[in-house]
Amino acid sequence: MFYQTDYSYIYGFSVSNIDISDFLKVIMHIPDGYLSPQTYIPLIGIFVGVAAVSVKKVKKEVSARDIPYLGMAAAFSFIIMMFNLPVPGGTTGHAVGSAVIAILFGPWAATIAVSVALIIQALIFGDGGITAIGANCFNMAVFMSFVAYYIFKLLGKRSAGNKRIFFSAFISGYLSLVMTSILAAVEFGIQPLIASDNYGKALYCPYDLSIAIPAMAIEHLLIFGIIEGIITAIIVSYFLRNEPGLIYAFRKGGKNDNE
Amino acid sequence: MLSEKGVKMIMNKLQKKILIVLLCLCIITPIGILLPAFFNAGDAWGEWSAQTVKELVGYVPKGLEKYSDVWKAPLTDYTVKSNDKSMVHQSGYYIVSGIFGATVTYVVMLLISRLIIKNGK
Repeated sequence: MFYQTDYSYIYGFSVSNIDISDFLKVIMHIPDGYLSPQTYIPLIGIFVGVAAVSVKKVKKEVSARDIPYLGMAAAFSFIIMMFNLPVPGGTTGHAVGSAVIAILFGPWAATIAVSVALIIQALIFGDGGITAIGANCFNMAVFMSFVAYYIFKLLGKRSAGNKRIFFSAFISGYLSLVMTSILAAVEFGIQPLIASDNYGKALYCPYDLSIAIPAMAIEHLLIFGIIEGIITAIIVSYFLRNEPGLIYAFRKGGKNDNE
Repeated sequence: MLSEKGVKMIMNKLQKKILIVLLCLCIITPIGILLPAFFNAGDAWGEWSAQTVKELVGYVPKGLEKYSDVWKAPLTDYTVKSNDKSMVHQSGYYIVSGIFGATVTYVVMLLISRLIIKNGK
């Protein structure tokens, strides 16, 4: 019901009477006030734990010559998230870049790179809440990187040929973004269940799962997932042709073990 | 040794190429505000301001109200003047924000990576 209402409302916006800042909100960057403390505090804890493990893994797995690439990967993720695209129904969304970073440099390095981008977005640009930093980093940096990486590992073998690898990278980007959007929707959608006042009014995000999941999933299934997939496939294919030894997903283990 | 030098040169070339692509992407970031404006798109789903939520569900959730102003970012929404209605100006602010933010992200990530990977090859 609210789903109908809110779309018709937003659809009625005209450019002239809306503050510019209203265009710039980015999907999946959960703002302050949408998650209850019983949601955002555990997510901060989980994120800090994973980040600590990531540091150890990156130390073991990534060689010093790749350091400039990691900087560029983080910057790439920052920039790509600024490309808000409109969807029918009046909202916007964007790609994240975690999938391609995870395939090229590994999910642990991707976790750190995308987290750096997200934390700077929150602190300097107010994109994503301060209390929600743990949630946003967990969703887009940790969860998405690992989902993307393992989907790619499952589908794309080094020996599979360029077309197959292109396709695998696309599916990896597509599915990882869609699943991440559903994860964010679940975090939104459980709020009315776990945090309402005595009158049954929500304290934080007022929309439940039945509204949040379709709203987030459909947009990402139809548009942003495809964009993430195309970006992932194009960049992975480029590296496959020009710098195949760099691709983490095709290495056997240690930093110098190329397949 | 020669081959190692050769590899290094190719690497630098690729890295330079990536930096140029990133800079180009920064310059075209205003697409990210112009397209939504053109199609009258509002906030991302679930990221409405407290005021918008009030109009959508009829009340402002108490926790949402309490937390919504917990942090005042210096360059909120990638702009320096959010009340400037000129899309040309906003595009400029957006590009500057993009270059600034991407540079900060790049440098921070380099420093963190160097701290983590001290004695790699």
